[in-house]
Amino acid sequence: MTTRSTSETSANGSAAVRCVGLVKRYSDVTAVDGLDLSVRPGECFGLLGPNGAGKTTTVEILEGLTPADSGTVEVLGERWGAGRDHALRERLGVALQETQLAEKLTVNETVRLFRSFYNRGRAVDDVIRLVELDEKRDARVGKLSGGQKQRLAVACSLVNSPDLLFLDEPTTGLDPQARLKLWDIIEHFRAGGGTILLTTHYMEEAARLCDRVAIMDHGRVIALGTPRELVHSLGADQIIEFSVTSALDGQRLGALAGVRGVRVRDGSYSLTVTDIGAALPALLAEIKQERAELITLTTHQATLEDVFVSLTGRLLRDE
Amino acid sequence: MSKTDGGLIADRPRALMSEPLAGGEGEAALPGVLGDAKTRRHDESARAERLHPLVQLTLARLREFIREREAVFWVFVFPVLLAFALGIAFRNTAPEITPVAIEDGTVVRAPAVTLSAADLAQSLSQTDGLHATVMAPEQAAKALRTGKVALVIRPGRNAQPRVGDATATFDYRYDPTRPESRMARLAVDDAVQRAMGRADVARAGDETVSEPGARYIDYLIPGLIGLNLMGSGMWGLGFAVVQARTRKLLKRFAATPMRRSHYLLSFMLSRLVFLFLEVAAVIGFAWGVFSVSVHGSLIDLVVISLLGAMTFAGLGLLVASRPKTIEGVSGWMNLVMLPMWLLSGTFFSASRFPEFLQPFIKALPLTALNDSLRAVMSEGAPLAVSWLEISILVAWGVASFALALRLFRWQ
Repeated sequence: MTTRSTSETSANGSAAVRCVGLVKRYSDVTAVDGLDLSVRPGECFGLLGPNGAGKTTTVEILEGLTPADSGTVEVLGERWGAGRDHALRERLGVALQETQLAEKLTVNETVRLFRSFYNRGRAVDDVIRLVELDEKRDARVGKLSGGQKQRLAVACSLVNSPDLLFLDEPTTGLDPQARLKLWDIIEHFRAGGGTILLTTHYMEEAARLCDRVAIMDHGRVIALGTPRELVHSLGADQIIEFSVTSALDGQRLGALAGVRGVRVRDGSYSLTVTDIGAALPALLAEIKQERAELITLTTHQATLEDVFVSLTGRLLRDE
Repeated sequence: MSKTDGGLIADRPRALMSEPLAGGEGEAALPGVLGDAKTRRHDESARAERLHPLVQLTLARLREFIREREAVFWVFVFPVLLAFALGIAFRNTAPEITPVAIEDGTVVRAPAVTLSAADLAQSLSQTDGLHATVMAPEQAAKALRTGKVALVIRPGRNAQPRVGDATATFDYRYDPTRPESRMARLAVDDAVQRAMGRADVARAGDETVSEPGARYIDYLIPGLIGLNLMGSGMWGLGFAVVQARTRKLLKRFAATPMRRSHYLLSFMLSRLVFLFLEVAAVIGFAWGVFSVSVHGSLIDLVVISLLGAMTFAGLGLLVASRPKTIEGVSGWMNLVMLPMWLLSGTFFSASRFPEFLQPFIKALPLTALNDSLRAVMSEGAPLAVSWLEISILVAWGVASFALALRLFRWQ
């Protein structure tokens, strides 16, 4: 017990981001409801949750844009409002959710403008090349595709070679190819030793990019760990989803060989399974015995999505 | 690094841009670097990267503005069109012909002469500045009501005109609040009395003059410059700021170490650059087309225009400091500007308004700007004459900028 608390203290002391008991209420809703977080230097930390979970509010509090109602925030060892905000901003990179940069300016002019705000940082051309917008450097922002605009937003957040990068929903609304490109950029920054805090409601994104993930719901962290640990916490590595013509008894399904959990939702069933080789034949036999007929059946490796479903009973994409 | 060009021409803007611009020197580089994006393109080196943020912000403002076609129209073309239209409509021409109507059946009698409606019409139309038409009563009434004629001559209300009745008389029907009707009443009566045989007792000659500087267009142009400085300052800033707020660009800027005063100042500076073009466009046009000249010193004119532009930039920032939508800011803009459109003596003199309103009207920034512009342009007066107006402008500008800094909402 003693050793554990010591190691935690030392980890906290050097945390890139640390917040304790964060609360933010708006007139009718509590957006952040007692949130604790600690992001280690050099890691990519993900806040995963559905829309409305409080991810953006949390990040904007950490970025010093929104004051919290209560709780403490420490970013790179500094607190907001302690007279060092300006110096702290020099070290942060920020990409807000859905910032629309000035449409009439070119890529080059936009990056140059952001570059002028910082004393430190890298050459404008380097940043533009890094986000693969060289060919578009003289194009107006208004003419860029969604993916290009988002890469430009990330470029603006990288001009000062930040120590800590905040990315709020960096790939929302992008097509798969644009998303892959952006992931490359983020991984490149991470490989250079930068710390990242990103929010997303895409579990593939969190699983691919993040060293650790905090799953958020209703303004709280409901699970925390590496993507692997979180999936393992299900105690199962396969998911069988199926629907049938007539209702089945959930308790009997749960008792089938190799099945660990059952979830029924709008007439479709989802089984968390430890041994798919045993569970699948048993399930088919059960369906036959109940004189039901299969409509659909799929199986997949358990993901963070399944973790979220098992914790909340809802899908990430629902809200 | 530089792939293609890098020659002499390309080096010039870089030298301009890459000077370390500490403090407030940044403005000096502004005018030269506006359109040089092409030559500058591949000519950056890491040490030349950084420009003063105030310069970059101002450049961004200027670029956004000149790339917005509608804005360019409203700021530069519209005032010139307005000056042209009003200058034509109110140009000083030969005295106008006043139309009057005579009701059918009117008979005018004097002891020696009797004139029918047609005779009277002919006689009046031969008089300078009058044109008379015989009309049916309803037609005449309608023409008077719609302003097509200034006055109607009709059979007297109290007398039924019968042939041989020497007491029969006629009426002038007109609206005494219409100046041209009052003029018509005098001119028509004079002409009728003469036609009936009245002789002038004394003879007088006419000497006519036309003073440049006293025409309507001479009055109008300084007012239009003032109005334009107000409009472009307020709309230009208000829309740009609120748009940046709705697009979350302000929030994004707030997340950088950018100094907030730099952001607001960049709007003021960008106004300075366009100010000269705006004023020059209207004055150049008025001079070329209507021969309106500036009687006072050009430097005084520049000083006053500059003060006016800064004042309205400050007011624009203040109005835009909180609204979150374009609709919201438009409402406030209209609320602030409409009284000045009406009261500040742009199209007609503010002295027409009642006495108790005058102190309020004098305190409006557009009144102060218009009056001081007129003092310089029309009267050729030195700046010192306009000390009160200048103080009013400065007070408005400083107060609104300071207030805007405090109230400004970044998200």
